[in-house]
Amino acid sequence: MFWKVFGDLCLGFLTTLEIFALTLVIAIPLGLLVAFGTMSKFKPLKWLLVGFVWIIRGTPLMLQLFIVCYGPGLIGLPPVKDPMVATIIAFGINYACYFSVIYKGGIESITQGQREAGLVLGMTKTQIFFKIILFQVIRRILAPMSNETITLVKDTSLANTIMVPELIKQANVIAKSFAMNYLTMLLYTAVFYLIFNGLLTILFNKIEKKMSFYKV
Amino acid sequence: MAFLEIENVYKSFGKTDVLKGVSFSLEKGEVLSIIGSSGSGKTTLLRCLNFLEKPDMGVFYLNGGELFNANTQYDDHELRQKRLSFGLVFQSFNLFPQYTALKNVTLALDLQKIEKAKKLGKVTKAQKAEIYAENEKIAKELLSSVGLEEKMGNYPCELSGGQQQRVAIARALALSPEVLCFDEPTSALDPELTGEVLRAIKELKSSDRTMIIVTHEMDFAKHVSDKVIFMANGVIEEVGTPEEVFDNPKSPLTRAFLAKSEEVI
Ligand SMILES: Nc1ncnc2c1ncn2[C@@H]1O[C@H](COP(=O)(O)OP(=O)(O)OP(=O)(O)O)[C@@H](O)[C@H]1O
Ligand SMILES: [Mg+2]
Repeated sequence: MFWKVFGDLCLGFLTTLEIFALTLVIAIPLGLLVAFGTMSKFKPLKWLLVGFVWIIRGTPLMLQLFIVCYGPGLIGLPPVKDPMVATIIAFGINYACYFSVIYKGGIESITQGQREAGLVLGMTKTQIFFKIILFQVIRRILAPMSNETITLVKDTSLANTIMVPELIKQANVIAKSFAMNYLTMLLYTAVFYLIFNGLLTILFNKIEKKMSFYKV
Repeated sequence: MAFLEIENVYKSFGKTDVLKGVSFSLEKGEVLSIIGSSGSGKTTLLRCLNFLEKPDMGVFYLNGGELFNANTQYDDHELRQKRLSFGLVFQSFNLFPQYTALKNVTLALDLQKIEKAKKLGKVTKAQKAEIYAENEKIAKELLSSVGLEEKMGNYPCELSGGQQQRVAIARALALSPEVLCFDEPTSALDPELTGEVLRAIKELKSSDRTMIIVTHEMDFAKHVSDKVIFMANGVIEEVGTPEEVFDNPKSPLTRAFLAKSEEVI
């Protein structure tokens, strides 16, 4: 049974992976920009971004997905034709906001002393960030980032609500076309999510171990 | 004019006036100790000297030229250049935890030399390797001079507090600052570890190393300094040779402070 539909489910899972990977590619750097913005000394920018992050974190991702997908059409703008594009935009922005909060916490947790030590050694702000602060921040935020990443794997399933053929959507389609039990099919998808998240967990543990050569 | 002249430094944080017109001078190769009770502004003074705080008023002269004037606006690049004239060893070491003792010492030097080389054109891999090797040699000598030849490959978390502070001293020395400042270098250490750090500082004393040391170690200050300043409430209450300040203090505040610090011992 499982093997009969395995190939078709894999196709769905590929789309899931695509959402996952593209979201990270966008959200990891964008989150850093948002984090710097929310820490900016330029107050209007700061409050604008703090407000934006509050809205994004305070509303369901599914709602944001619908707004990105159908919103432009409703107000007379050209609609987002490809639901995949809408998905990546919504996910990218949503996760960038979550990441920005983690980054901000990580950056602020590095003591002023580290920055000042760099300054009195004549280093530039850029050098201090990249040579001293960044590594320590990455190490601090690895655990919360791994949590968010695992959440993202599961969140990709929301894209099925706007007809993106990801794993859950694909399971639905297969169930209909093979006249199979939908619940059984959903349980099959769980295998994909579980294995992939298991691999991610192992990967994150490895990185964490690698970076733990010094105590805090 | 003396090697270092600090004139009329004022600094306040909001409504708190912390430095209220501090002036002093120092000759090349001299060691100045600054003593004074908690909150008298010693750390703030060192931070002003290292441009970690911007004085509200004041002028610094170094080596016969004006180094800093509070009335002039300097950009980040200029401040960075000026900072290199001073070094600072922090009370809490502030070593970079992700780098070995050796890399802690070479890091800033590597960056600086590569930056300089880049100004002259593209820096090849070979040139970089040469810079790294050269700096490693300097760092190894410095670490050996503070008794850490065995610990160069260790991370800060693998070192005792006293060893960490000696790495921090080597790190500050690597950039050959004109004036090296210490802010209570032994206050964060267990009593049995203070000796090794104080000895290391004492051995640095030489004709061309000018040092300013904020300390609560009165015996050390007495023996290592050429000049002692007693600070109280943001002003220099008394200044003189160690004999003058410790053995024949003129100000009643100095006398009270010294009496109190002896009580503690
Ligand atoms: N960034 C700051 N903002 C506000 N007040 C400050 C700041 N830094 C120092 N102060 C105040 O300035 C005064 C002097 O502080 P400073 O750290 O220079 O004293 P100190 O002589 O080094 O004392 P200690 O012996 O305890 O180290 C204190 O009253 C302190 O509260
Ligand atoms: Mg202090």
